[in-house]
Amino acid sequence: MPRELLKGNVAMAEAAVRAGVEAYFGYPITPQTELLEWMSHRLPELGRVFLQAESEVAAINMVYGAACTGVRVMSSSSSPGVSLMMEGISYIAGTELPVVLIDVVRGGPGLGNIAPSQGDYNQIVHGGGHGDYHSIVLAPSSVQEAIDLTVLAFDLAEKYQAIVVVMADGNIGQMMEPAELPPMLPIKSEYPEWAVRGAKGRDHRILTSIYMNPEDEEKTNLRILERWNKIEENEIRYREYFLDDAEFVVIGYGTAGRVAFSAVRSARAEGIPVGLLRPITLNPYPFAKVAELANQAHAFLVVEMNTGQMLQDVQLAVAGKVPVEFYGRLGGVVPYPDEVLNEIRRISHEPIAVGVDPRRNWMQRLKTEIS
Amino acid sequence: MAITAPANLVYSRPESMTNIATHYCPGCTHGIAHRLIAEVMDEMSIREMTIGVAPVGCSVFAYNYFNCDFVEAAHGRAPAMATGIKRVLPDRFVFTYQGDGDLASIGMAEIMHVAARGENITVIFINNAIYGMTGGQMAPTTLPGQKTTSSPSGRDVEQTGYPIRMAELIANMEGTSYSVRRSLHDHKQIRKAKKAIRTAFEVQKLDLGFALVELLSTCPTNWGISPQESLQWVDEHMVPVFPLGDYKIAPIIGDLRV
Amino acid sequence: MPVKGWVEVDPFYCKGCDLCVNACPQDVLAIDMDQLTSKGYHPAYLKEDACTGCEICALVCPEAAITVYREVPIRSDRRKVVKAGN
Repeated sequence: MPRELLKGNVAMAEAAVRAGVEAYFGYPITPQTELLEWMSHRLPELGRVFLQAESEVAAINMVYGAACTGVRVMSSSSSPGVSLMMEGISYIAGTELPVVLIDVVRGGPGLGNIAPSQGDYNQIVHGGGHGDYHSIVLAPSSVQEAIDLTVLAFDLAEKYQAIVVVMADGNIGQMMEPAELPPMLPIKSEYPEWAVRGAKGRDHRILTSIYMNPEDEEKTNLRILERWNKIEENEIRYREYFLDDAEFVVIGYGTAGRVAFSAVRSARAEGIPVGLLRPITLNPYPFAKVAELANQAHAFLVVEMNTGQMLQDVQLAVAGKVPVEFYGRLGGVVPYPDEVLNEIRRISHEPIAVGVDPRRNWMQRLKTEIS
Repeated sequence: MAITAPANLVYSRPESMTNIATHYCPGCTHGIAHRLIAEVMDEMSIREMTIGVAPVGCSVFAYNYFNCDFVEAAHGRAPAMATGIKRVLPDRFVFTYQGDGDLASIGMAEIMHVAARGENITVIFINNAIYGMTGGQMAPTTLPGQKTTSSPSGRDVEQTGYPIRMAELIANMEGTSYSVRRSLHDHKQIRKAKKAIRTAFEVQKLDLGFALVELLSTCPTNWGISPQESLQWVDEHMVPVFPLGDYKIAPIIGDLRV
Repeated sequence: MPVKGWVEVDPFYCKGCDLCVNACPQDVLAIDMDQLTSKGYHPAYLKEDACTGCEICALVCPEAAITVYREVPIRSDRRKVVKAGN
């Protein structure tokens, strides 16, 4: 297929259409509204289902209903709207249904702003709705990746009866880049054996997340966990750049990872032996890869657009072997490559204080910088 | 021939009910509502084409008692879930079964919007002026002065307002084709309720828009009176506040013969 | 001659709620205080053979526990009713 100049939100929407999504239910919220708008004319054009719900609460529950029938279904939202969806997401997880959610993250907490942020890492990767389950979380850093990961999301969701969140920083939804869309896949003609579509010629089926008997709930939790174990064993994805001989390792995802890559290239040009690890699956997280790099690196630098959320996962994996430093910009501010380059220079030329919380030091430096 | 010969059978348990004894309290009119819906499903032969959406409340396990496909919704969200199902499977019969907390409190936005959109689904609304499952708290439909566990001195309208009349509210939405209130407190009303439920499903069969049947129901356990006294309480106290009647019947439905 | 009917109350479902007893126009139903169902209820039962098969008990029963039979009376002068206009 030819490369076209595509806006991230539109690209993700069309990618979902090409992947065979049959129904979209959503609600307008900046910076992802273009996704909803694209679906509003594209899906009816193809005879598929589009509905703008009265709220994100209603939207995720419409998704829940449609998911029960076994079709490919999705919603999209941004941080405050995703908070509203948490209940529905938990019910979908408890009912063990495949669903895709695109979360275009903005500054927060609260109403925040409409600028790009990575402040929802904990909410999506570690949190979510109540209860014992995990969502698969995919983090694109370009419009092309957003397209590819959206298509992948539907396959993973179905393969593992899981919720897959494509968590894109706000700018990825908004920016325009040349990218290639996949060919159009047909929509399904066969449905899973658990799907509720009317009990014609068979016993009636019930889809519920209720297990009143705690022993039954325990079995359900274990069943969900076993599928998660398979996901961990098979679906971890990341990109690595210049890591073979790297003495310093930068870790960043999405836009932060992309900005860091520019800094890493400049640093290499200056002769600093630095490399970049860019996780693509934030859940399951590439813990083993980070742990492996901890044997070779002198120090890590985690770069995020938040106050250090993925930082904690990196610290867990590094297990204190070497220092882990942090650089972040907050509230919708996107770091420049120069800022990250200065950090790389700092950690490669100056000794790093040991036993000090990297966040505290970063905060001091940032406050001086922005004052 | 013996009186119990098959030729003499005039009524038996509907096929669309499973053979499971319900968990409802003795005398609870949920059982009557379930039975009427099952009878309608039998009479219209739609059991295999029907998908029910269960609420949160005493009827959270409604899916155990109907012999059709069923899904479980979050509290108040059944109309949204039903929308998702009906939009994807427009030729199936999709109905929700909801209590007063589910529909008129936490689910108020969802029910108003399915009516506004004229979603081709059927909603059966069980109004017993109280929250049953959680032990008898005040509902949006609780009567002024009615004592509940969260209005122990009786509902104070200054603080908590007046009961919400859903059949009237829903009737005001253009997407609504059928919005009626019936009662389950005696056999005459039960016959009328059945007809209304049948009509509400016929409305869906003919794609005529949104249909709601509000059924005044009892909660003997949380009202603290016997089942028989509860039926009388509906007649004496609830009917004056929630008048029975037809609040909206689209002209085309008026001609339906069920 | 009054119509002859018969009802059977299934003790598997009956919860002894008394609604059918109160609703029966012929007063032929009662709660059997000598019987206990598996759930510990006293079920309703047909106490005398004067049921007319009116179905009112089945209408008010919340458990769909009642099966109703009714003898169709055979009349020598049965007339067919023809709907006007059909």
